Amino acid sequence: MYQYDEIDQRIVDERVAQFRSQTQRFLTGELSEDDFRPLRLQNGLYIQRHAPMLRVAIPYGVLSSRQLHMLAHIARTYDRGLGHFTTRQNIQYNWPPLERVPDILADLATVQMHAIQTSGNCVRNTTTDHFAGVAADELIDPRVYCELIRQWSTFHPEFAYLPRKFKIAVNGAVADRAATWVHDIGLHVCTDDAGHLGFRVIVGGGLGRTPIIGTVIREFLPVQHVLTYLDAILRIYNRHGRRDNKHKARIKILVKSLTPERFQQEVEEEWARLKDGPATVVPEELARIEARMIRPQYAALPAQSAVLKEALERDIPFKRWHERNVHAHKVAGYASVVLSLKPTGTPPGDASAVQMDAVADLADQYGFGEIRVSHEQNLILPDIAQDDLPALYLALKELGFATPNIGLLTNIIACPGGDYCSLANARSIPVAQAIQERFNDLDELYEIGELDLNISGCMNACGHHHVGHIGILGVDKHGQEFYQITIGGSQAPARIGRVIGPSVSQEEVPDVMEQLIDVYLEQRNGGHERFVDVVERVGLEPFRARIYDEPHLEVANG
Amino acid sequence: MVKLILGSTLVDDSFVTVESLEQAANLPDVIVPLTVFVAHKAQWLARSGKLGVWLAAGDDAEVLAEDLEHLSVVAIDFPSFTDGRGYSTARLLREKYHYRGQVRAVGDVFRDVMFYLARCGFNAFVVRASDTPENALLGLNTFSESYQSGVDKPAPLYRRRLA
Repeated sequence: MYQYDEIDQRIVDERVAQFRSQTQRFLTGELSEDDFRPLRLQNGLYIQRHAPMLRVAIPYGVLSSRQLHMLAHIARTYDRGLGHFTTRQNIQYNWPPLERVPDILADLATVQMHAIQTSGNCVRNTTTDHFAGVAADELIDPRVYCELIRQWSTFHPEFAYLPRKFKIAVNGAVADRAATWVHDIGLHVCTDDAGHLGFRVIVGGGLGRTPIIGTVIREFLPVQHVLTYLDAILRIYNRHGRRDNKHKARIKILVKSLTPERFQQEVEEEWARLKDGPATVVPEELARIEARMIRPQYAALPAQSAVLKEALERDIPFKRWHERNVHAHKVAGYASVVLSLKPTGTPPGDASAVQMDAVADLADQYGFGEIRVSHEQNLILPDIAQDDLPALYLALKELGFATPNIGLLTNIIACPGGDYCSLANARSIPVAQAIQERFNDLDELYEIGELDLNISGCMNACGHHHVGHIGILGVDKHGQEFYQITIGGSQAPARIGRVIGPSVSQEEVPDVMEQLIDVYLEQRNGGHERFVDVVERVGLEPFRARIYDEPHLEVANG
Repeated sequence: MVKLILGSTLVDDSFVTVESLEQAANLPDVIVPLTVFVAHKAQWLARSGKLGVWLAAGDDAEVLAEDLEHLSVVAIDFPSFTDGRGYSTARLLREKYHYRGQVRAVGDVFRDVMFYLARCGFNAFVVRASDTPENALLGLNTFSESYQSGVDKPAPLYRRRLA
């Protein structure tokens, strides 16, 4: 993880002072609600259903144990002892008192954290692969570029008031684990014929109201040009993106209306002037960031751990957990461990202060004091010696983080939904819980196999329902909560799910899930064909027919 | 006379915004909307006083490219501070057309946007009625350092860190 220098620290401290002043001026009436709203949003502060909601940035999903202890401290001191990890690798607090938010930001600054640009119509937290730095198929460590982009985007004076929010994802590996096709800009590392490193630049993808897979506007951008190229894209968007209708203001709509070819031409023309200018990245800067990244000092370990082998033979639940929740590591003798924040009965992504402290301690005890946040709303201990896996498993079991469901149906991705969010049409959490309860049998879950289930409480699609193998979208029908079901979506390769039919009521959702699974199990060719593969092969019809052509289900019209 | 922030000091503004040649008749220094300027360009340029052109948020500075050497002021309007198009317009004026005259922010201009405006090449500010120029001046010093390339400091921090 990147360590601040004196200047990085000063900038964050000055932000705290600025926000303290803005909050005071709002509380004394000097700043109106209309003035304060965009200013507080640029610090991640929403006014929500019950109280303000504060979204704290976890840049590219990396935390030190010290930082996680601070997040626990904030949950305990200013909130109700809870935090919610989001699909964009951030954390949200649902009950912070408005007047205490400057103090929260000051506390965060002491551990090199902030809430800068976690909301508002600006460049948001840049996200990446949660296995960055430890994945075997990595060409570059994307976190170096994420940090470069974090600094570039922090208080970028030209792009603080864009037509709409702007999200960038960087992927440094062969496989896309950063969802680069569904971001405003996706940068996917690649090499040219001569072996130089660069990025494929994907623009205009996104979920939300109008889900679109992005378009490649440049097959190869040498790494030193990444910031001038971003400047060019953002400038075209800032000048020409729609501002008259917030539902048509994202860059994807501009790319579509201009046509990708025209958009690309405009960007290239703008870039021609910026290229090789002062914002060109110098190799010394990449080296400086690299040098400030704390890297684990791995021990030389045998590739196969005898302790692990013995435990796998002896302990069936451990073996199951190992199969689902432990990932291969690029360094011999190590593994990455996913902590499931999705046990039945807990809102997906929620963690208590006690749990956060405990995870931070485990990171110190068994890892190198580092924790990752995944966009699937789980936590990851990236560098665990295989010898330690049995002991870590027991500790995680005690904490409730050892549910062996990573990649399975109950590893549900869900936004906070109508219980907390004022934008939501419907609740997400009770739906997730009802599904988890229905599919509580581990043998059955394993039989179903790999399945991504995503729930969003409204069209804004914070739960990324479009790219779930099964997606559930909350809709409002005459003041009632209903749920629209899509199937066949996928994160990589990026595919948007298709709607199976009219939306269903909350009580019906678990039944519908069961019917979808029944059809899948009947249709699949052997245990290795995943749900999403069956949908791709047989289409929607068998699923649709089972749910809607049978008389027992009353569906809402339309 | 309206108070204007010029650079980082308060001055009296000598310019008056007018809508027609008739209105400008007895005034030395005037600012005119882009469409009015374009419609009677020759007459406006033939006047003796100083001349400025007023751009709406969506106006394209390129229209002025040939005339910039004759203009003392380009004023860019912010109908709301959340409409950020004017930031790009100012940068293009400075960095693409190399305009050296006064670039003036007008409209929804107050303390909390001053820092960004100055970084994008604005060097004059007409502060909105609900804020004071004295208060707005404080906004210029919000941050002591910036990461990116800007009109004020073209070299980004990573080049200056090397120096």
